Amino acid sequence: MLNRRNFLTAAVGVAATAGLAACAKEDGSSSDSSSGGSKAITLGFAQVGSESGWRTANTDSVKAAAKEAGFRLQFSDAQQKPENQISAIRSFIAQKVDVIAFSPVVVKGWDAVLKEAQAAKIPVILTDRSVESDESLFVTLVGSDFTDEGRRAAKILEKVLEKAGHKGKVKIAQLEGTTGAAPAIERAKGFKEVMDAEHKDDWEIVASQTGDFTRAGGKQVMQAFLQSNPDIDVLFAHNDDMGLGAIQAIEAAGKKPGKDILIVTVDGVKDGFIAMSEGKINAIVECNPLLGPQLMEVVKTVHEGGKVERWIKTKESDFMQDQAKDALPTRKY
Amino acid sequence: MSTPSATTPSRWRALTHHHLFWPVAVLIALLLVNVPFTPDFFAIRMADGHLYGSLVSIVLFGSPLILVAVGMTLVIATGGIDLSVGAVVAITGALTCSYISDQADQNALAGVFLAMGIGLVAAVVCGLWNGFLVARMGIQPIIATLIIMVAGRGVAQLITDGQIITINSEPYKLIGGGYWLTLPFSIFVVAAVVAVTVALTRRTALGLLVESVGGNAEASRLVGIRSMRIKIMVYMFCALCAGIAGLMISSNTSAADGNNAGLWIELDAILAVVIGGTSLLGGRFSIGGTVIGALVIQTLTTTIYTIGVPTQTNLVFKAAVVIVVCLLQSPKFRAKVFGAKGRARTTAPAEPATPADAAPKMEVSR
Repeated sequence: MLNRRNFLTAAVGVAATAGLAACAKEDGSSSDSSSGGSKAITLGFAQVGSESGWRTANTDSVKAAAKEAGFRLQFSDAQQKPENQISAIRSFIAQKVDVIAFSPVVVKGWDAVLKEAQAAKIPVILTDRSVESDESLFVTLVGSDFTDEGRRAAKILEKVLEKAGHKGKVKIAQLEGTTGAAPAIERAKGFKEVMDAEHKDDWEIVASQTGDFTRAGGKQVMQAFLQSNPDIDVLFAHNDDMGLGAIQAIEAAGKKPGKDILIVTVDGVKDGFIAMSEGKINAIVECNPLLGPQLMEVVKTVHEGGKVERWIKTKESDFMQDQAKDALPTRKY
Repeated sequence: MSTPSATTPSRWRALTHHHLFWPVAVLIALLLVNVPFTPDFFAIRMADGHLYGSLVSIVLFGSPLILVAVGMTLVIATGGIDLSVGAVVAITGALTCSYISDQADQNALAGVFLAMGIGLVAAVVCGLWNGFLVARMGIQPIIATLIIMVAGRGVAQLITDGQIITINSEPYKLIGGGYWLTLPFSIFVVAAVVAVTVALTRRTALGLLVESVGGNAEASRLVGIRSMRIKIMVYMFCALCAGIAGLMISSNTSAADGNNAGLWIELDAILAVVIGGTSLLGGRFSIGGTVIGALVIQTLTTTIYTIGVPTQTNLVFKAAVVIVVCLLQSPKFRAKVFGAKGRARTTAPAEPATPADAAPKMEVSR
């Protein structure tokens, strides 16, 4: 009796969860409808998931660009699980799509499935993130250069300091992304590269800690930084959200973000631009999720048998405070 | 324990045997660790019309954890566990913020209260579901609450559409990030919740009932305690606490982040409960201990940031401190380490003394 009850509850639970999943799926594939004829290129795209606003913008961009280009898009959301992504790619192979594109959830473990794609003669394009496997198994990577974003952040900081009229020593606090994540490691690396090469004597990172790419993390860590190093001049945050959290911490300490403490962040989400237009962020290094159009171009070239570069970097720009107001209406995410 | 002793050693012994002694000692030790690195760690000054300092921020950022941990304490006291609190935090924040962001006037008090009401009702419904599965359906608490832990975060993301919802509402900002009488407003919320919880569990028979259900649910039922109802109630209470914490977390940053709000807070809360001396086996609990436990965890986090532990070793440092705290909590370990003089005494009287003093004090009066 009790067992049957347990079973029933479990069944209801599973059904409810499956129902939710189904909703999400339906929602996700609503724009997949083919807009071309039978000759249109079919693109299988396996997305990481929808873990952040950046990712959502990335997904929307891919979907819109595919529609624009007249491709048939098979879209799959892996919900941050590599095994989901592998099975999605296998089903793309079974459906004999023309090109497969995906943002690998993790760096390793793709050899087997990529070999299957190669055997089926389906070209594979990576987007946003790279993999550690045999280079012959994928055609190209369309995505950002995180190390370069770090370098650009350091370069734009020079301008920010100059504009603020800051002289002498610069004490920098760094809010790192999630420990071990590629963007966090590489942005820190790129920034340090420029710092060591050109500002060995005058710049110093006095505090550096992870804020997990979240606002709450950024706020909490910054609050502690302000306590241990009250004389911080500059904050370099690995993404806008941590910067936004830090701004609140700086305000709570009775200081003015953007004036008493100069702030440089990476990403360029809408809320970041709003803060910049209010003068609270001094400069933003863009990390562009809207790589859909670029991806579709590459897909077309690859499908027609053309040659492409191994790494196609996303088109990105840097923004200073005075550009914030003009750029704000164009921010889609 | 309460017998007044004339000699200092026995008074010292009474002190060290108090169930809150070790958690408090660790808390003080952790706070003192900061002083060499930040000499003015304890300094509190006025900034922007409110008190400002490390101690203030520990309480401010620790408030949500204290709330979640207090709710968790009662669930654990009934022999259960609630893994869904983090997801409930996310759902509450998401619902409330998305409702507020739809308002024409985000500063309207009525809208803010309604939004908070919606969020808290959703939280309590989650708790009701957990309690229903555990008490009525007899599903293992760890499995039953796992459902919302996993699915809830997805629900929160559906509500926020995968985006971070930013709001601009002054009244809502008060609950988790604002100040009242120069103190963080969240302190008053936490104090109120803790006071009500202590009053309900220690001034009425409720605490005794919770402990008896945790001690032996079947026996409690046989003596006439409605153990199912008690269990459902504690899960609902726990979810309500998590809901309030969710309001605080989203209010603190004026944003609802379905993906990250309250992430892993369930583990911190369980840890806080354990550090506070509540047994995971159920049957007895200490709200005061839990509050201290949560403060220990928050102080540890702040300490890591202030003394500049390298990012890569954060978790190792945290784990090391937690191991020390847990070992200090273990009477066996203390007997082994703190010398032969204590051994004869500690093993014999300490064992029976601890449950007797932590457990019901109120049954005489009722």
